[in-house]
Amino acid sequence: MPKVIFHREDGSSDVVAVEAGSNVMRAAVQNGVAGIVGECGGQAMCATCHVYVREPYLDALPEIDEDEEEMLECTAAERDPRRSRLGCQLALGDAASGGLEEVEVDVPETQI
Amino acid sequence: MCPRPRSEPGVVVVGAGQAGVQVADALRAGGHDGPITLLGAEPELPYQRPPLSKEHLAPGAPPAPAPLRAERFYPEQRIDLRTGVRAVGIDRAGRTVALDDGTAVPYDVLVLATGAANRPLEVPGADLAGVHALRTRADADALRAELVRARSLLVVGAGFIGLEVAAAARAHGLDVTVLEAADRPLVRSVSERMAEHVADVHRRAGTALRCGESVVAFTGDAGRVTGAVSSTGAEYRADLVVVGVGVVPRTELAAAAGLPVADGIVVDDDLRTPDPAIYAVGDCANHACAHTGGRVRLESVQNATDQGRHVAASILGGRRPYTAVPWFWSHQGALKLQIAGLRLPTDTAVACGDPATGRFSVCCFRDAHLVAVESVNRPADHVAARRLLADGRTPDPDQVAEPGFSLKDFAREPVVAG
Repeated sequence: MPKVIFHREDGSSDVVAVEAGSNVMRAAVQNGVAGIVGECGGQAMCATCHVYVREPYLDALPEIDEDEEEMLECTAAERDPRRSRLGCQLALGDAASGGLEEVEVDVPETQI
Repeated sequence: MCPRPRSEPGVVVVGAGQAGVQVADALRAGGHDGPITLLGAEPELPYQRPPLSKEHLAPGAPPAPAPLRAERFYPEQRIDLRTGVRAVGIDRAGRTVALDDGTAVPYDVLVLATGAANRPLEVPGADLAGVHALRTRADADALRAELVRARSLLVVGAGFIGLEVAAAARAHGLDVTVLEAADRPLVRSVSERMAEHVADVHRRAGTALRCGESVVAFTGDAGRVTGAVSSTGAEYRADLVVVGVGVVPRTELAAAAGLPVADGIVVDDDLRTPDPAIYAVGDCANHACAHTGGRVRLESVQNATDQGRHVAASILGGRRPYTAVPWFWSHQGALKLQIAGLRLPTDTAVACGDPATGRFSVCCFRDAHLVAVESVNRPADHVAARRLLADGRTPDPDQVAEPGFSLKDFAREPVVAG
């Protein structure tokens, strides 16, 4: 199962395993990871599932499309030019499906 | 966070949709320490509704819509979530809500987040098997089970839900016909110019979209729908029907309790009813609108969550007018429609960009002031519009019509005084 590790500023973290086909936002919301909201349900409309992806995983990420690019300009916490992504756009899967098998992210201080 | 006295008021929220859950969450996050009770009529954990008419119907969709919050969120936040229970009466003098299980819950503050019900289509045959409406997860599951086997779909109503379902059905390979009583799709939601484009996109995708035609009866065989007869006398055959002809706000509780109701529960600019202990939020709330100067009732995620946060802040003692800029979206196949602001039928619409490219916006002006922007596949315009509307800034209508005008660049320009 794909795995997501959410790190928070206070040093705590959540390790969440979810089914392939899910995404980082959905993994967080379904498992009650504090700090990820996902208000629009994963439509790249609200920028409340903002995460900072940790360095070792950056090369494996999908390209940022136009919708995500624009919403990343509306994040409540400051955008990091390299590490900021919307969790709903980070598909989880396996080698066959092309999604991420594992990713570590830092949860921003605020989403609203 | 300062500890508060235990005498802090108890808040009861009726309705566990997006607005109700947001009220409960924002209250606790804002430091409310008193009891919070959240009542939901549906049996399951509160869930995301927007995907039900979009991804949830798509081939290969996840089996369940995502929950709004994880199950453990409610006990962790000391929110007493009660699902599968319906509020049946409000005793305003005694400050209690009666439930359909025979019990009653006391409140100090009551928030009505009762949402809306689908408007029924009252024509012969509307109760035949195969005639669907779409609001709940159960509705979506039932529709999806039939979509994967059906060959033809008739959609009644070219609003957001009808067109989203039509696009999903085309992706499943069904023959799709949409009947719309008005002379164009999305008549309540977008300008004529945008509606024309939306109609083109659906027609090019193979959907038969017929405007100015309503259903007068459904036809059936052995209790199962086989088609419909329209107001022009035309007969349509279909083995599946979806009715999406708008909603009726759920105002029964408020009305029975003597609160004013007029296309929704009437609330002031703080989202409060004339009873200072009772608020209404989301789809059911008819509120005084800072943007149009009139009263509006909106059905959207943004309206639900922003109003939910507003009411939580108001309960916590921060009375101020509700002024959030409304925004909406609808994904219909390849068409990504985004709307910021509220348009009135009398507003002037100016196209920005070339509709022929499938990427353009319609800027709506009232007295030469930007009031709404409808964008299709131009997310930069949408995001810029939200900012401009929030800041009360406007480009000139002539400027917008010039080739190469960018709303995003305009939004970035420094504000010049005078």
